[in-house]
Amino acid sequence: MKVIHEKHPLAMRWTHWVNFPILLVMIWSGMLIYWANDAYKIEIFGYTFIHFFPDWFYKLLHIPARLAEGMAFHFLFMWFFTLNGIFYLLYTLISGEWRQLVPNRHSFKEAWQVLLHDLHIRKFSPPQKKYNAAQRIAYTAIIIMGFGSVITGLAIYKPVQLYWLTWICGGYHFARIIHFVLTLGYVLFFMIHVMQVVLAGWNNFRSVISGFEVKELEPVPVPAIKKVQPKPKKIVKKPQVTDKTKKSDENDRK
Amino acid sequence: MKTTANKPQPVELSIEKKIKRRNFISFATFFVAGGAAFGGWKWLYNSPEEKAGITGGARQPLRRALNKTELFFRRIFSNDHVVKTYPKERAARVVRVNSDIGLTDESFDVSRWQLSLVKKKGEVLKINIEDLKALPKTEIVYDFKCVEGWDQIQHWAGLRFIDFIDYYQLHDQAKMGYVGMETPDGEYYIGLDMESALHPQTILAYEMNDKPITEEHGAPLRLIIPVKYGIKNLKRIGMINFSNQRPRDYWAEQGYDYYSGL
Repeated sequence: MKVIHEKHPLAMRWTHWVNFPILLVMIWSGMLIYWANDAYKIEIFGYTFIHFFPDWFYKLLHIPARLAEGMAFHFLFMWFFTLNGIFYLLYTLISGEWRQLVPNRHSFKEAWQVLLHDLHIRKFSPPQKKYNAAQRIAYTAIIIMGFGSVITGLAIYKPVQLYWLTWICGGYHFARIIHFVLTLGYVLFFMIHVMQVVLAGWNNFRSVISGFEVKELEPVPVPAIKKVQPKPKKIVKKPQVTDKTKKSDENDRK
Repeated sequence: MKTTANKPQPVELSIEKKIKRRNFISFATFFVAGGAAFGGWKWLYNSPEEKAGITGGARQPLRRALNKTELFFRRIFSNDHVVKTYPKERAARVVRVNSDIGLTDESFDVSRWQLSLVKKKGEVLKINIEDLKALPKTEIVYDFKCVEGWDQIQHWAGLRFIDFIDYYQLHDQAKMGYVGMETPDGEYYIGLDMESALHPQTILAYEMNDKPITEEHGAPLRLIIPVKYGIKNLKRIGMINFSNQRPRDYWAEQGYDYYSGL
């Protein structure tokens, strides 16, 4: 028998899908800004592995020479990003949903087992509630990252008026680097996240839009128990009657 | 028939129907909201550019957002919020030059320079660099920040704008909303909100690394205003005036935020 199993509350689904396009605009406009001083690269012993970003990448996304435009978009959508984040945090804290989300003392050990299971190395994954241990860690991390983006963003946006925030972030330079690295983190998260969603299948994906999963409930194997319970008795007696009435109803309608 | 109609009908839907109905409602909402969001983005992205005036070059709704955001962040502005300062040794020896807009007039002669201080319409005071150097000198070593994203610790010295206001008895002018500054050739010009101009770290600078400012850095007098991005730090100040309307501003005309405060 199929059963509707409630999974994601409405507020969580809305904030998730509202966040997606906002974050996309923030990353895009952020790149328009970053282009004007694209100083970051990964360099080991004088050899540059990656320069953020190569020319072909800029050209592909039409990024060059749009600094003013990027800032204008960034400083509008920052409000939506922050407000949506605050709303989500408040909801999660007040509703108690955080209990399903925040890693507990078993999570770090279990996350390893989940990883091995996902990589088809281990046959069984540890038992879970709404989220498995790896999800708990990843989803909590992404919330903290979002918080970090707002804080480091403010630190480089108003380094004089909010000097204490810039100080907490380790100074103007370091805050800008964290702000940039967090964005790389989102992109990495996004790729793994989408891959996992595809692998998890339709039922799981649907639950982030309609809120529920459909589960197959196996029928109770011992019929004797059914007879002992009072409710089934009634059902056993009634069907014939209801069937008749139903049929007659249908006839009436016709 | 009547009796069956009056009977409370079993509204309980079958599980399949429930699933179907909830799927339909939520996916319909999802696609309608998604379509609306996409339409909203299209509208914003293709929204017309503002009419060129004091500000220009930005999409109308985005300019409105910049101005509203300015109002929000002006609430937290305070003279007690000061830029972090560094010891002199930290200052860059080679100070970065980023632009020469307003400095390209070949007939310009530093030795004949005078500052035009417009006290009122038609009342212009001419000031020599020696007059300014005779006033109390203030030094600052701080992290200069460019709107492009780079920054550099630099060492400047000159007279604080607030001291300039005091000495030249500009208290009435300081009650106005804005200060405007322009290069002698009028090619580069900036507007500052009064509170930022009167911030204790705003300096009319004539020295860099303990020497007179070089020509490329805006000799003989330039603005150093740590509460703003570099674009507001006008080089080679030719004229200063006051007004209650936003004075014209070079980069605000090109899509940048008028306030550009840090």
